Amino acid sequence: MIHIKRVVLDVLKPHNPNALDFTTAIAEKAPGCRIKLTVTAMDEKTETVIVVIEGEQVQFNVITEVISSLGGSIHSIDEVDVENVPVDTEPA
Amino acid sequence: MASMIADLTWLLTLTRSHVIARRYFVVNGFDGALTMLGLLVGFYVSDEVRLPVVINACLGVAIALGMSGVSSAYMSEVAEKRRELRELEKAMVADLGQSAHGRAARLLPVVIACVNGLAPLAISLVILLPLWAAPLLVEPLSLLPLESAFAMALMMIFLLGVYLGRISHTFWLWAGLRTLLIAGATTALIFALSPG
Repeated sequence: MIHIKRVVLDVLKPHNPNALDFTTAIAEKAPGCRIKLTVTAMDEKTETVIVVIEGEQVQFNVITEVISSLGGSIHSIDEVDVENVPVDTEPA
Repeated sequence: MASMIADLTWLLTLTRSHVIARRYFVVNGFDGALTMLGLLVGFYVSDEVRLPVVINACLGVAIALGMSGVSSAYMSEVAEKRRELRELEKAMVADLGQSAHGRAARLLPVVIACVNGLAPLAISLVILLPLWAAPLLVEPLSLLPLESAFAMALMMIFLLGVYLGRISHTFWLWAGLRTLLIAGATTALIFALSPG
């Protein structure tokens, strides 16, 4: 069973929602995950951010949907950490 | 219902539109209260005006203020929100129609228009309560419906001032007295300029 443990995304987003609200909204849809956001560039209406999502089983589709619904667009997936967990050792 | 309110609150905060809605509430609410005050004083200085005439005239003006508030705010907000969304889409190089920003551009003009229209209508209706309730009131209030409605108008204007004071973090009493002063000046002007 493939589990995504960590994803680093390069995201372009509007200034609103701000970094805190943006991260909180992602965290709300990704229980058990730790989200870290770093603003790397700032424009007049947009900002580029690096979003790091870590967890036992990151639901990548859910994350992309939340980012889109907040007006953000994923420019690139910069880093991933994926693990093939044997079925019999999977957490219940 | 609760989730819909939470969603609208989130969209209002996201687009910073709660500030616009609050401004519309105060501006148009004050408009409504001062218009009612002017009408009441106008009727007061005119001799022998029957109560149903006063009620119908004031109600007509209140409804017109409400409709004007809804339609004007809706048209201007739709245009503003569409322009904001277009500019953001240009900056993002993406279609934001399905995002929170797109939903905000569609829903918030309706919310802001309702605030803009309902504020003067609701405040005017509260001011008119003593006129409607005149037959139910005890003396001397039942004999002085215009004066009671005038006092209600002053109270609403004072409360709007207090609300403004709370927003601007100034002393509520001074803020309330300042708006009362405007009401007093309006009343004095009507008395001074009325030919009767």
